[in-house]
Amino acid sequence: MKRRFFGGIHPSYRKELSVKVTPSVAVIPKQVVIPMLQHIGVPCVPLVKVGDKVLRGQKIGDGEGLCVPVHASVSGTVIAVEPRPHPSGKLINAVVIENDFQDTTIPPRTYCQNAEAMDPDAILGLIREAGIVGMGGAAFPGNVKALSEIGKVDTLIANACECEPYITADDTLLRTNPEQVLRGMQILCRVLQPKRAILAVEDNKQEAIAKVKNLLPEYAGIELEVLPTRYPQGAEKQLIQALTGREVLPGQLPVSAHCAVFNVSTFAAIYRAVELGVPVTSRIVTVSGEAIREPQIFIVRIGTSFHDLIEVAGGLNDSTERVISGGPMMGIAQSDLSVPVVKATNSVLCLLKDRNGAAENPVCLRCGKCVCVCPMRLQPLYLYRFEKVKNARELERLHVMDCIECGSCAFTCPGKLPLVERIRSGKQLLKEAKSK
Amino acid sequence: MNLTVQSSPHIRGVFKTSRLMLDVVVALLPALVVGTWVLGFRALAVTAVSMASAVGAEWLYCMAAGKQNTLRDCSALVTGMLLALTLPASVPLGIAVLGSVFAIVLAKCMCGGLGQNILNPALAARAFLMLLFPAALTRYEAIDGISSATPLHRMVMPALPEYSLMDMFLGRIPGSIGELSALALLLGGVFLVARKVISPKIPLAYLGSVAVLTLIFSKTGSPVDWMLYSVLGGGVMLGAIFMATDYATSPVTPMGQILYGIGCGVLTVFFRYFGLFPEGVTYAILLMNLATWGIDRITAPRRFGVKKGEQV
Repeated sequence: MKRRFFGGIHPSYRKELSVKVTPSVAVIPKQVVIPMLQHIGVPCVPLVKVGDKVLRGQKIGDGEGLCVPVHASVSGTVIAVEPRPHPSGKLINAVVIENDFQDTTIPPRTYCQNAEAMDPDAILGLIREAGIVGMGGAAFPGNVKALSEIGKVDTLIANACECEPYITADDTLLRTNPEQVLRGMQILCRVLQPKRAILAVEDNKQEAIAKVKNLLPEYAGIELEVLPTRYPQGAEKQLIQALTGREVLPGQLPVSAHCAVFNVSTFAAIYRAVELGVPVTSRIVTVSGEAIREPQIFIVRIGTSFHDLIEVAGGLNDSTERVISGGPMMGIAQSDLSVPVVKATNSVLCLLKDRNGAAENPVCLRCGKCVCVCPMRLQPLYLYRFEKVKNARELERLHVMDCIECGSCAFTCPGKLPLVERIRSGKQLLKEAKSK
Repeated sequence: MNLTVQSSPHIRGVFKTSRLMLDVVVALLPALVVGTWVLGFRALAVTAVSMASAVGAEWLYCMAAGKQNTLRDCSALVTGMLLALTLPASVPLGIAVLGSVFAIVLAKCMCGGLGQNILNPALAARAFLMLLFPAALTRYEAIDGISSATPLHRMVMPALPEYSLMDMFLGRIPGSIGELSALALLLGGVFLVARKVISPKIPLAYLGSVAVLTLIFSKTGSPVDWMLYSVLGGGVMLGAIFMATDYATSPVTPMGQILYGIGCGVLTVFFRYFGLFPEGVTYAILLMNLATWGIDRITAPRRFGVKKGEQV
């Protein structure tokens, strides 16, 4: 019997906008902006200064603690090291490289053709040196996450659900390079020694599923699970529940349910790091939405600005309302299109005004639809109400911190309440109340 | 280019307050058609007057209180229509107007407006009118010259009504405008469930508990007939499908909705058996309205990642 996660919604997926046979390589930009923080944790310290010549793949920033290095994505000259706008909305220190269009690449350093012969520590070292982060959006340093999971997990999950509408980056990867993903899974199996390794895909990606099915016999021990399409299937807590029936404990990581979840792009990056010695300098990005003239899938150098990508995709429609880094359900709206693509940017989404958009006067009807769709079994309407009166105690009783901000409640709300925004502010309120 | 920077999600679903409200109006149309067919054109007139005065009252209130005009959410239409459907076709039009004004101004707007009111506005107004004009609200006109006693009047005796079950189902009986035909109301209910306006939990729990209780505590020799007449007669069908499912005044948790439905059913039977009037739906639902917030509180869904009864 197929298990399922609680709640969820069926938005209009609009993936057809960008699904092409192969991704095109985006124009290599004249300039790249490489933020020193592209992961959750401590920012890198720049290893280069203005005037330095850098090669593609050269490490240009690194640091101690919860930190992975960043690499130059083109060869050229460093023209600035300064805070620049970042898709997270903050100003973050970045190295700006003027491209010399030679694309001189540093020779791959240590790598190993056969990961089976390597010990786990060496593999984790290569993963770190390649600057690998969770590429589904969370951007948690890959080596740190894997290290914390050694000996504690029995299930390794490759997440290709890609449940957000419009985005087709994981789909494209599986259609074009499924063997990289499967190989990456085998490498991480060597580190984590799980009992099961599952590649999870939603059933709206039939071509990718067929490709993987063909390859599976060559990759012993890896299972393919095709799940019915429903948002937010790809949220890790929901995916674990759908695949294993286990629930991640409140406030804890997947390891509490003995699972390790990585995005398929992360697995492909692990393969390239370990067996080819190549760091993360590019990624697949969906450029889509009704407001872009020619929706496309690009292989993009890290540090390419949103503006450059949008130009290559035919430019924006005049009535564009918002440009989003990530998906329409959880992505971040951008005000400045000079922000660069970072390691976790899976999509640049350009949207027109939403027909079903916000009401002038949002009113809660108490219809309870938010309760039905919440995959974390919260009661968004009450979180909204108690945030409004700044009642931290009630917010805690209603487990406001459990909210994964998937947006299912706000999507469904007939009164068009800004539920996610208010719940986020409710979390802040509770944090502040607790720190007092 | 001016880009909007707002919190996620950046897309919204198709549900909209006004669409939900208009769906309820559509779902009530079969009942109104049957009411007009059986009771005559006056049923339609009462409904139209009630709806119009509800809309007018909301408009006036918004103007007088200096509030944003809320007519576009269409909820006043629903309130006016629901109230009219609980009234006899012969009710003086002034009473319908008074009821609508009470429902909108006192029971809804002054209790915080849409979604905030504690009591179902239409039922609160009906209870208010019952207090002032009990005769006008319980005088039903004869159908086909047979009898003006509604099925529930006979069941008080207690005796089985003189109408066949089929008449009850189709609505060839005297009664309030909207409560005649179980079939029409069920059609509306199926429509609302199919359009995802309501979940079937409350109506099923409500009707189910009425059925079980009247089966067990039958007042006649044939419990099944007694049960069927109890479920088909009076306002229980209208109440279960359209009144008890009112968003603002019913619980939002799945468990809470079932509990609430059962509570309505138990109280309805209780009031019918022991109350002053033959019918008890209005007061049963109003009482459960008061319990709604408490029910939500005690029926919070199990926390994700925590087994029932476990503490974290």
